[in-house]
Amino acid sequence: MIKLDKLTKYFNSLRVIEDVNFEINKGESLSVIGPSGCGKSTLLRLLIRIEEPTAGRILIDGKDISLFSTDEINNLRKKMGMIFQSSALFDSMNVFENVAFALRLHASLSEREIASIVKEKLRLVDLVGSERLMPEELSGGMLKRVSIARALAFDPITILYDEPTTGLDPITSVTIENLMIKLSKELKVTSIIVTHVLQTVYRVSSRIVMLNEGKFIETGTPEQTQKTNDPIVKKFITGGL
Amino acid sequence: MPYRKYAEAVGHGIIPIFEGIGRVSSLGFEVIKDIFRGKVNLQLVSEQMVKIGVESIPLAVTTALFVGMVFAIQIAGEFVKFGAGNYVGGVMSIGIARELGPAITGIVIAARVAASITAEIGTMQVKEQIDALRALGASPIRYLIIPRFISCILMLPLLTIFADIIGLAGGYIVAIYMGSINPMEYMETAQNLLELWDIFGGLIKTAIFGLLIALIACYKGINTKGGARGVGEATTSSVVTSLITLFIVNYFLSVLFFK
Repeated sequence: MIKLDKLTKYFNSLRVIEDVNFEINKGESLSVIGPSGCGKSTLLRLLIRIEEPTAGRILIDGKDISLFSTDEINNLRKKMGMIFQSSALFDSMNVFENVAFALRLHASLSEREIASIVKEKLRLVDLVGSERLMPEELSGGMLKRVSIARALAFDPITILYDEPTTGLDPITSVTIENLMIKLSKELKVTSIIVTHVLQTVYRVSSRIVMLNEGKFIETGTPEQTQKTNDPIVKKFITGGL
Repeated sequence: MPYRKYAEAVGHGIIPIFEGIGRVSSLGFEVIKDIFRGKVNLQLVSEQMVKIGVESIPLAVTTALFVGMVFAIQIAGEFVKFGAGNYVGGVMSIGIARELGPAITGIVIAARVAASITAEIGTMQVKEQIDALRALGASPIRYLIIPRFISCILMLPLLTIFADIIGLAGGYIVAIYMGSINPMEYMETAQNLLELWDIFGGLIKTAIFGLLIALIACYKGINTKGGARGVGEATTSSVVTSLITLFIVNYFLSVLFFK
């Protein structure tokens, strides 16, 4: 379980997250919605310690991650796969090398074992056969899927999605959403999805929160969110915010 | 209070320079600390040595050849006028070993390699690839900076040796065939006046240039903000800062080593 305890993040005087207390349960698919620039991505970056909180704590299975050593942070990052908004594949590496990157870095595996894991992860995202392609040869949807395969390399128990379908065409968006649902069901991972694309939110989430002016507004399931009476949430989902 | 405004303006200009020096130094300490902890990926270092060193040879050698030849035209012409033609070899070799070889190599690397390092790391930064490295448990210092840092420090002196030899050879040819200098006298004064420390001092200078160029270029790259425009600005700033730093540091090292 992931627990945010009075979590606060400021960039100089800019308030991003303010005194947030929240719990994310194992196996759930939580979507964090909110307008662009409200700090949704910062939340994900705090969870894998790319950013440090200004105040408060993040507890994972009861352990404060701010007290983790470098090795413990690396172990945490192996358990948490992150999919970046821009996919963030390494330009100088092909698909195989991108997926194999963390395995080569952290695991004492033979090249044959690495190849077998890479193939398995590419099969999960339906990209077997694209191992030798370079990132510039891939479409937007393929980039996302390779990014997901890379994040799955160490069989993470939590996957963090930063705007997974933003900028994709509707058909590709549905493909990515189906993949997210499949991973959630088959691998039983906890998914934390940060997005402002409501179609994605309604399809893949089991619970939704809205981040607005540094605070979380809990809105419940997709059905409950669509019927919400909260004026801020209502305004956001009807396009007024 | 016109003086106050003036002082404030000067302060606003100077403070960022010292902040930058502080941050680059801090990055340097981090890099050196990790190197001493043994966090060096030799495969990445060798890849960078090829990119930074081997691929810079044509540019460094061509520049050194023509600078050596031009230097010889000027030196030979003037020295012969004053009846000091037999000293051309000595002056050429000292000038190239102490200053021209290291400076040419430093400038070539600052222009070619600093731009390339900043553009590459800066692009990775704006495309979230540096964050992806961190998210995958790879330290950007160990993965990106240390290989470039070590390669610059090792390859600049090697390139300087090439530049020294080619610059001297170019100067020799021009001095003999265009400046009518006696080849025996050229070689004799070169041998008599040039000391081993002139060569080593020059090579140590370039190792220091390499250290500074790598740190400045990596720092500018990793702190790139914005999109393509940000990468362009960071790259320009990296080359300009590297060159200015190189010229300033070169003066002080020359005073320290050769005065």
